[in-house]
Amino acid sequence: MSSTFLRYIAQRVVQCILVIFIGITITFLVPRFSPTDPVEAAVNRAMMMGQYSHPDAVRMMKEALTKMYGLDGTLGQQYIRFWKGLLSGDLGPSLSSFPKPVMSLIRTSLPWTAGLLLVSAIISWTVGNLLGCLAGYFGNQRWSQVIGMIAMALHPIPYYIMAFVLLVALAYVIPVFPIGGAVDIGLKPSLGWIYISSLLRHAFLPALSLVLIGVGGWFIGMRTLVTNVVAEDYVTYAKYAGVSDRTIMYQYVMKNALLPQITGLAMQIGLIFNGALITEYVFSYPGLGYLAYNAIFTGDYSLIMGVAIFSIVGVSLAVLLIDLAYPLFDPRVKYQ
Amino acid sequence: MRSLVRIIADLYRYDGRCRFGFTVILLIVIFALLSFISPYDPGYSYYAAPNMPPSRQHFFGTTSRGQDVFWLMTFAVRNSLTFGVTTALLSRIIAVFVGLTAGYKGGMVDRIMMVINDSFVVLPVLPLLILINFIMKGVMTLFRLAVIISLFGWPWDARLIRSQVLSLKEREFTFTSRFSGSRTSRVLLTEHLPFVMPIILSTTINNLLWAIGMEVTLAVLGLSNISIPTIGTTIYWANQHQALISGVWWWLAAPVGISVLLFIALYLLVVGLGEYLDPRTRLQRMKGVLSDERA
Amino acid sequence: MLKVENLKAYYQTEMYGVSRNVRAVDGVSLELQKNEVYGIAGESSCGKTTLIRTLFGAFDPPLRVVEGTVTYSLDGESVDVTKIQGERLRQIRWKQVSYILQGSMSLLNPVRKIRKTFWDFTRAHEPITDAEKFEAMARNHLNRLGLPAQVLDSYPHQLSGGMKQRVAIALATLFEPKVILADEPTTALDVIVQRGVLQLLKRIQRETQSTLVIVTHDMGIHANIADRVAIMYAGRIVEEGRVKHIFGDPLHPYTKHLIESLPKIGDKSTRTSIPGAPPNLGDPPPGCRFHPRCPYAEPICRRESPHLAAVANDRRVACFLVTTKENAHVS
Repeated sequence: MSSTFLRYIAQRVVQCILVIFIGITITFLVPRFSPTDPVEAAVNRAMMMGQYSHPDAVRMMKEALTKMYGLDGTLGQQYIRFWKGLLSGDLGPSLSSFPKPVMSLIRTSLPWTAGLLLVSAIISWTVGNLLGCLAGYFGNQRWSQVIGMIAMALHPIPYYIMAFVLLVALAYVIPVFPIGGAVDIGLKPSLGWIYISSLLRHAFLPALSLVLIGVGGWFIGMRTLVTNVVAEDYVTYAKYAGVSDRTIMYQYVMKNALLPQITGLAMQIGLIFNGALITEYVFSYPGLGYLAYNAIFTGDYSLIMGVAIFSIVGVSLAVLLIDLAYPLFDPRVKYQ
Repeated sequence: MRSLVRIIADLYRYDGRCRFGFTVILLIVIFALLSFISPYDPGYSYYAAPNMPPSRQHFFGTTSRGQDVFWLMTFAVRNSLTFGVTTALLSRIIAVFVGLTAGYKGGMVDRIMMVINDSFVVLPVLPLLILINFIMKGVMTLFRLAVIISLFGWPWDARLIRSQVLSLKEREFTFTSRFSGSRTSRVLLTEHLPFVMPIILSTTINNLLWAIGMEVTLAVLGLSNISIPTIGTTIYWANQHQALISGVWWWLAAPVGISVLLFIALYLLVVGLGEYLDPRTRLQRMKGVLSDERA
Repeated sequence: MLKVENLKAYYQTEMYGVSRNVRAVDGVSLELQKNEVYGIAGESSCGKTTLIRTLFGAFDPPLRVVEGTVTYSLDGESVDVTKIQGERLRQIRWKQVSYILQGSMSLLNPVRKIRKTFWDFTRAHEPITDAEKFEAMARNHLNRLGLPAQVLDSYPHQLSGGMKQRVAIALATLFEPKVILADEPTTALDVIVQRGVLQLLKRIQRETQSTLVIVTHDMGIHANIADRVAIMYAGRIVEEGRVKHIFGDPLHPYTKHLIESLPKIGDKSTRTSIPGAPPNLGDPPPGCRFHPRCPYAEPICRRESPHLAAVANDRRVACFLVTTKENAHVS
C-alpha cells in the first residue's frame, strides 16, 4: 500500500461521489425549473381519462400529488427532504402501479439490466480487444482489413436501429428468436434446462445487438492502440532480442495496450448503459429500460425519477469498481 | 481555415473510406434539399392512397396515413440534419470554452474543471434526457431539444481539445508570443486555434452523429416533438401504426436505411480524420527536414 | 570482425500523395576489428541510428537496404546480415551481435517485472530447463555487472534512469556477444550516471574481448571511450581515424567544427557553432554535402562529391581540400 495507490483510490471515490451528486442534483432541479408542472400534467392526464371531477376533488388531488412528489415547501427544504428520502431508500409510490413503491419496481428490474449489461459488455470488450490486438499486431492482412471494415460499418449504428433491425430480421422475417420478454410466459424460475434455455434464447438478440456495436468500437480502438504500442522501444528491443512472437504479443503489446481500454470501459459504461436501456425497450426485456418506457407511457413521474436516479448511482458504482480494479493491471499505480 | 480546406481535400483524394463518406453525405444532403421542391406539405396526410408499396409514382411507397414516404423522408432528413448540426455547434461552444480554458489556465482551474468534466463523461445521459423530455412533454420543440442535448454533449470533446492545448503549450511559439507580450486571448486565437481546428472538426462530426442518434432514440420513445418529421419521429409513427405487422415495411425501411448510411458515412469521416491527425502518419506526410533517426 | 561495403539504406515512403526517398545511409564503408571500440559521431539526423540499425540487420519498411553488404565473420564463417532473414538472423542476434537501442528510459516493458524480462530474453536463445538455474544465472550476471540482484523483483518505473540503462545493457550482454552495438547509450542520463554506464560498457567490452560500436553525438564520450572514431555527415562518413588523431589533428572542416565546439577547461572564448542546418536527406545538395555550410568551399565542392580516401595509415577523409593537397604533395 503506497501513498500513490491510496491517493488514487481516494481520487476515484471522490470522483464517484461527485458524479452521483451532480447527477442527482440535476434530476432534482429539472422538474422544479421546467416550464411544465408534473402535478398539473398528472391531473390533466387523470381528467383526460374522462372521469368527471369536482373542482374540490381536483384541488385535493393536486395537493396530494404535490406532497407525494415532494414539491411543497421551499427549494432548500425540498432538496434536503429529497436526499433524506434517497438515503433511506424511499422513492415514493409509483402512480401507475399504485401503491407499489418505486423501489420495489426498480428492484425487480435492476437484475435484468445488470445481467444484460454485464454479459454483453464483457463479451464485446473481450472479443473486440482480442481481435483488435491481432489485427493491429499482424497489420495489413486481409482478414484484419475485412474485420476492420465490418467493425466500421457496425459500430456507428445507433443502438435502437441495430436492435430493431435484428428484431425484424431474426424474430419476424426468420422467426428463430422470440419477439420479446425475458423468459417464456408462465415459466417458473429454476435451474433446470428448460428455464435456462428459455432465458438464453430471450437474451440472445438483446445481447447480440449490444455486442455487435460494442465489438466494433473496442476493435477499432484496440487496433490503433496496438499499432502505437508495437512502435514502442521495449517492443522493438524484445523483438530484436528474438523473444517469441507469442510472448511479445501477449506480454509486451497486449498487456500495455489493454490499460487504456480498461479506463475506456469505465468511461463508456454510461454509453453502453444507454444502449442497454433502449435495447430493452425494443425487445420488451423487463429491465430498467422497459420500466422507463412503461413509466413514460403511463405518465408515472416518480417512477421515471427513480429510474434516472438508480441509473446514475448504478453506473457511477460500476465505474468506481472498474477504476478500483485498474491497479491490478498497472503496476505503476500499485507499487511505487 | 485554409489548412482545414486542405485537410478535407487531402482526405478526399487519398482516403477511399473518406471519399465514400463524402459522397454518401453529399447525396443525403441533396436528398434533404429536395424537400424544398416537395409537392406535398409534410403536415398533410391522406393526399395519397395509404399503404401503397414502392412504385414509380411513390418511390418509397406511402404510409398508413396516406403520405408519400419519399417526400416525407426529404423533410425528415433535413430536420434531423439541421437538428444534429445545431446540437453539435451549440455543444461546441461549451466544449471549446472548457477545453481551451482548462488547458491554457492549468493549475487549480484545470483540476476543478476536469473533475467536473469527468463527472459529465461518466454520467448516463439517456435516463436524464428521458426525465427532462418527459417533464417537458408538450412544450418540447426541436430547437429546445437541441439545446438540452447539447448541454450533455461536450465533456468528451472538451477533454480532447484540452489535451491538444496542453501539447501546444509546450511548443516554442507559445513562449515566444507570451514573452513578446501578447495577450492570452490573442495567443489562443492566432496561435492555437489553427492547430485545434481539425480536432474540433472531428469532434463536431462525432457529436453530430451522437446527437442525431439521440434524437432517434428519444423520438421512438415518443419524447421528441412528434408533430415534426425527423428520422426518429418517422419511425415512431410507423411503430404507432404497427407498420411491421401490417406489412408496410417500406415505411420503416426508408428511415432505417437512410440513417444507417448516414451514420456509417459520418463515422468513416471521423476515422479518416483521426488517422490523418495521428502524429505518426502526420510526421511522414510533412515535407522538409525530418529526423530519420526514429522513423 | 565486421566489414561494411558501400552501404545504402533509404527510407522510402508514399503517403497522401507525397512520396519521399530519404537517403539516411548513402554509401558507407567501414571495417571493424576484434576487441576495439568504434565511435560513430555526428549531429542528429545524420543517419547514425539508421546505420547502426542496418548493422544489426534491422530494416523494416519503410527502411530498405538499396545497395551494399554488412558482413560479419563469425567463427570463421562470413555472414551478410542484409541477405539473411528469420531464424538464421535470430540465431546471430544476441548470441553473436547485440544491440542496445536508443531510448534508455523506455527499453523495458512497464508492466513486466525485470525477472520476467530476463526470462523472456534468455529463453529466446537457450531453453530454460530449471527455474533455479535460471535464477542463479540471472543473479550471477547482474552481480558481475555490479548490479544488485533485487532489481529482478522490480518493475521498470521503480528503477532510476541509470539503473534502467544498466539493466538494458545487462540484457544485451546475457550471452557475451562478440559485437555490441550501442546507440546513444547515455543520452537522457545525468553526467555522473553517464560515466558509470560508460565504464560498465567499456569493462564488458574489455572482459569479453568484444567489439563495441557506440553511436553518439557527444564528442566527449568518443574522446573518453573510443579507439577509433568515424564522423558522419548527411548519410556519409566524412572522416575516420584513431581517436587521438581525430581530436589532435582534425582534417575535415566539419570535424574541426565539432571538436572546436567542445568546451575546454580554462577556455573562456565563446563556442563557435556551425552556421546553417544539416541538409534534408530527402533532397541532399549536389557535390560535397557539407559545402553549403563549409567556410572553405571551392567550386569543385559544389559540383563533385569527394570520396572517402585513405590519407594515412588508419586515416580516411572525404574532402577535396585535404585530398587534392595530398595529391599535390605526391605529384
